[in-house]
Amino acid sequence: MKQFAQLIKAIDSTNKTSLKVESLTQYFLNASEEDKLWTIAILSHRRPKRPVNTTLLREWATEISGIPLWLFEESYHIVGDLAETIALIIPSSENELDKSLSEYISEIITLKTLPEIEKKAYLHENWLKLNYYERFVFNKIITGSFRIGVSQKLMTRALAKATSIDEDILAYKLMGNWTPETTTFQKLILEENEEDYLSKPYPFYLAYAVEDDFQTDLGDINDWSFEHKWDGIRSQVIIRNREVFVWSRGEELVTDKYPEFQRFLEEIPDGTVLDGEILPFIDGDIANFNSLQTRIGRKNITKAMLQKTPVILNAYDLLEWEGKDIRQLPFSERRELLDKLISQCSCDEIGLYLSETMNITTWEAAAKERERSREKRSEGLMLKRKNSPYLVGRKKGDWWKWKTDPFTIDGVLTYAMRGHGRRANLYTDYTFGLWDGDELVTFAKAYSGLTDAEFRKVDAWIKKNTLERFGPVRSVTPHHVFEIAFEGIAESKRHKSGVATRFPRILRWRQDKPIEEANTIDDLKALIPK
Amino acid sequence: MKQPLLVFNEKGIYCEQADVYIDAWRPVDKCIITHGHADHSRWGHKQYITHHKNTSIIKHRLGDIIVTGKAWNETFVINGVTFSLHPAGHIVASSQVRVEYKGEVWVFTGDFKTENDGLAEAYEPVKCHTFITECTFGLPAFKWTPQAEVFNDINNWWATNQAEGKTSVLFGYSLGKAQRLLKHLDPSIGKIYTHGAVENMTEVLREHYDFHETIRITRETTKDELKGNIVIAPPSAHGGTWIRKMVPYVTASASGWMTFRGARRRRAMDKGFVLSDHADWDGLLESIKTTECEKVITTHGYTDIFARYLREELGYDARTEKTQYEEEGAEVGDKKEKEAAS
Ligand SMILES: [Zn+2]
Repeated sequence: MKQFAQLIKAIDSTNKTSLKVESLTQYFLNASEEDKLWTIAILSHRRPKRPVNTTLLREWATEISGIPLWLFEESYHIVGDLAETIALIIPSSENELDKSLSEYISEIITLKTLPEIEKKAYLHENWLKLNYYERFVFNKIITGSFRIGVSQKLMTRALAKATSIDEDILAYKLMGNWTPETTTFQKLILEENEEDYLSKPYPFYLAYAVEDDFQTDLGDINDWSFEHKWDGIRSQVIIRNREVFVWSRGEELVTDKYPEFQRFLEEIPDGTVLDGEILPFIDGDIANFNSLQTRIGRKNITKAMLQKTPVILNAYDLLEWEGKDIRQLPFSERRELLDKLISQCSCDEIGLYLSETMNITTWEAAAKERERSREKRSEGLMLKRKNSPYLVGRKKGDWWKWKTDPFTIDGVLTYAMRGHGRRANLYTDYTFGLWDGDELVTFAKAYSGLTDAEFRKVDAWIKKNTLERFGPVRSVTPHHVFEIAFEGIAESKRHKSGVATRFPRILRWRQDKPIEEANTIDDLKALIPK
Repeated sequence: MKQPLLVFNEKGIYCEQADVYIDAWRPVDKCIITHGHADHSRWGHKQYITHHKNTSIIKHRLGDIIVTGKAWNETFVINGVTFSLHPAGHIVASSQVRVEYKGEVWVFTGDFKTENDGLAEAYEPVKCHTFITECTFGLPAFKWTPQAEVFNDINNWWATNQAEGKTSVLFGYSLGKAQRLLKHLDPSIGKIYTHGAVENMTEVLREHYDFHETIRITRETTKDELKGNIVIAPPSAHGGTWIRKMVPYVTASASGWMTFRGARRRRAMDKGFVLSDHADWDGLLESIKTTECEKVITTHGYTDIFARYLREELGYDARTEKTQYEEEGAEVGDKKEKEAAS
């Protein structure tokens, strides 16, 4: 565990990618095979099931640290991370204890099956024996959410350096439904294994957002293929050996969540891998992404859900055809094959649609098409280089997204909450209201978009202009207007304003605007696409 | 009902009986000053009273002011109210203020820390009935490591950077943190350079305190000179053009906020050391206990949470008063610091 905790500490203490990769590479060269395999699993979001629920974790940590539960909760709110809070409030010990990462994990797996009283005894004992960083890592494994600023891609790069296996091949090996309990480092990484490849998707190629003046950088517009970009779940649908596998971009096998796609077997031959977007499709039309939210979270999909929010695959690329990996073919050729496949089958019946490509010959026309996105309810345009192969991961150059400009509206700051982590001493999480008559109705929360200096200024103002305090939240005198940007908007019964916004963020502090000039709820509703 | 000995009004902490303020945030006639940080020693008072070692500090910051210096434990009586200053251990020459009238004793901590940092005069608990305390780090998540360990890490960091041919740039407020860092850097590793704002303040402090030799960075200072050495600079110098001279450099900051992983991972600095000039959770609780007070007033930091804990768990009569003191990490740069930085 010491070795793994040291690795996490080393990664935490630098913001340089090269140093993070270097630390990981060293780790992969020195750790045991079991530990390496678990490290790969953890960094690719394959963790042991949570053995204890967070309520119990909080209670037990509180008990051992001798503070009241409310104080634990306040601290947790400020620290912003449960594993870190527990690691911080428990007294540190000088005890030396060195079990390996994999030993700890196998204990944690067994822990799930033990009675509560033994779980508690186990946690108490180990919390006290570990030092701060080990305790933090231990808690992270138990609670699940391990974000350490190392993407799967960086991990794969380090592993490639340590094993001298090609990075793309490793990325492919690491996909799929393995866990350290069903494989070994030898089998997963070092050996070739045909069977495993049956359900394996290809690493997704991800687009970058265009930059300013990108048109000149992209060269001849005729080299580019245009599509509208829809807000859905990026997925690969695999048909091999008379089976269907659905993979989402998080590299999760989600076949069971979309039983609709079983019908692909009726029309699509084996040895086919489609890349596209799963979209809600209601009454013959692409519906708002919000309507899919209820389905995403559920483990079991009911009939009612299938009827209420059916989905389709809007396919835009073909990665495997007739059992062959065709990712090296130019995009235009892959698309020709895809177009042919879809035109030859009764695709609307099985819920397979084709993302239409457009040839646009001038940037003016492209800009016009982009402006039509709102009415088509797309998020903007995708630009793909016609002669490009299908790359791995996020690589600049061949795929670009050119989103519509965000919606914006001017709201009034009404509530503020302390931030987390490095902003824990500042009020940086804000709630904004819009006018409904002479009342301000909450419509969005946002906590990013201002500079540190601006946050400090607003924070100082908040502390002097507090009306009421509710735990960590303060209501403030309505005085400041902020321009809020957001990506999407839809009607919502769950929000008091009757409207849900997607990815709201602060665009600007409108110090020039009095609150009377902030927008109204009706202004906001007028933005909902009809 | 009798008027409390100290009240919090729109100008500061006020003793009506003596007609004196402590650490007022608006201009007043007579003001006792706990320490030289800008949020506690503000501009515009007609008369300042502070520890005599602090007089040169606030004169350096505020220019031509009328200031009377006092010694530790020296009592002075104003209209029947007895005042005295006691070491707060926060930064050099920082005081707590003891106020006594007709047998009733109040103490205001200003900012304080309980660990002896080897530079600031060590914190001395003062018995009182009412204890007015800061609680910048008044959460059980804050528990400081002894500074010897932290400085060991800092010096190792410097030596490692040197071995890689890089300049180390360490950020700390030009009054207080900068000198504490300076005091404990190991001059056998290399030379210690200072940003103008830090050098100016350190020069003022050399009158009363011993420090390692420092070299002021000027226009003439070259990249090669700096290589492998360490630079102490105020946080306001980060991100400016000034730092380009140091390339290749590695940056670090030292603050209590570095306790949080989120803060350590912030993009702005390469490295974060947990080192604070404020009391941690145990330090706060221990000092409250030692004062044997009955009432506690929390002024800045996690005031509500800390007061609630004192009330509900420890049975103190504890409440919060609104002040305008900033928390560590807030920009407390004064005019001179900004000028020197630009
Ligand atoms: Zn201070």
